[in-house]
Amino acid sequence: MLIKYAKSHEWAVKSGDLYLCGLSNYAQEKVGDIVFVELPEVGKTVKQGEPFGVIESVKAANDVYSPLNGEIVEANQKLEDEPELVNSSPLGEGWICKIKMSDSSFDNLMNEEEYKAFQEEQDD
Amino acid sequence: MRRTALHTKHCEAGAKMVPFAGWEMPLYYRDGATEEHRLVRRSAGLFDVSHMGTFEIAGKGSLDFLNRMITSGVHKTDVAMSGYGLLLNEQGNIIDDIFLYHTEEYLWTLVVNASNLEKDWDWLNSHRGDFDCTLTDVSEGTSLIAMQGPAVIACLEGLSGEDLSAWTRFGIKEFVLEGIPFRSGRTGYTGEDGVEIFVASEQAAALWNILLDQGGKQCEIGPCGLAARDSLRFEAGFPLYGHELNETVAPPEALLKWACDFESDFIGKSPVEELIKKGLTRKLVTFKLIDKGVAREDYEILSARGDLIGKVVSGLYAPTVDLYCGNGFVPVAFAKAGTEIGISVRGRIKKAEVVKRPLYRPAYR
Repeated sequence: MLIKYAKSHEWAVKSGDLYLCGLSNYAQEKVGDIVFVELPEVGKTVKQGEPFGVIESVKAANDVYSPLNGEIVEANQKLEDEPELVNSSPLGEGWICKIKMSDSSFDNLMNEEEYKAFQEEQDD
Repeated sequence: MRRTALHTKHCEAGAKMVPFAGWEMPLYYRDGATEEHRLVRRSAGLFDVSHMGTFEIAGKGSLDFLNRMITSGVHKTDVAMSGYGLLLNEQGNIIDDIFLYHTEEYLWTLVVNASNLEKDWDWLNSHRGDFDCTLTDVSEGTSLIAMQGPAVIACLEGLSGEDLSAWTRFGIKEFVLEGIPFRSGRTGYTGEDGVEIFVASEQAAALWNILLDQGGKQCEIGPCGLAARDSLRFEAGFPLYGHELNETVAPPEALLKWACDFESDFIGKSPVEELIKKGLTRKLVTFKLIDKGVAREDYEILSARGDLIGKVVSGLYAPTVDLYCGNGFVPVAFAKAGTEIGISVRGRIKKAEVVKRPLYRPAYR
């Protein structure tokens, strides 16, 4: 399955008619222990690159940005009680939401290789 | 940015280093702040707190001088004992909160917050006047290591071969481990039993290694950063200067009347007495969020009706009590446990409730 990444460190992957989204492994490592996730609102129209949720780490609140244009169809309610899943399984159980994409904005995202190069740039 | 003598140790251990009061300090290590917090509650954690300032006050006039400068009735602290106290300004507000160790009859060691070191130094020197004592800043050559947790005393017994059962809370003891001498107080800032160690900076890294490696054979122990230190002190109800305390806060407002000995003649006493007589208008409270979320510093505190009644001074997720919670100053009418309040979290009002303090009762009490 093709996974793509936004510059703001969210990932998206096609899952049936929808796209599954979450925070990248690189980003969860950077923010440290996640203690709360303010989930995107189901039914809300979201725009690529605009904040749609908040990840609270031990020391700070970090905005999470929508990787796609579309509508939030589902949010991962499990994160309400277990926000640490974003740390332990950022690409699996720690997914944040499902989006019904309204256009082809997925194509604007970076593939795995491009994202890796982008991370190295960030670390320099 | 200044570095402590343990800087290399932190980097080697994979610490995330952050600026704090002009110092580069570990925020957390590889296992993360929450795990470090839990480690201290269940066994033992090691903290580098060398950024804090250390002053020595020596001479026959030192007791009288300190009794004038510090609120807590310093004359009651026997040799080889230590205690918590405050420096107040003439208005009765808090310049700093300090820990004072009565090292020898005419020698005292004062530990001050890193962020207040220069301010305290100037304040103390400007009041030394005719008191027969000297004041020396020994911060540079002194490293401070806090070893905290229920397993610490037994671990030190194992390392030193000494019976420490007669060592009381706040007592001071000298140790030598593998040729390294250090002084330690049975004190701490986490709500657990433990010690705070003063060691010569050039030997700090060697001692750090011994405590982790040899200590690790006695008990589960690991390095802990400032984030865990903050959540541990928060649960135990200890204030942090710059948050619960500052130069507009008087001791009773911060629930620190107990740190004032009104039989002593300390600077700032009269305004504090007057405030108590007149009655407080605001008070420090701890609250828990009923709607989940993290209250951060400066977020607004609202009454159940929605009126602005104060601001958050500390806020976090507290791992041991498993609560999203915080501290703030509110009018006394809202200070009772059980009072419903609201916290404005990025424009959304989260329901919260004033709770009884401390959230975590120190294990040694």
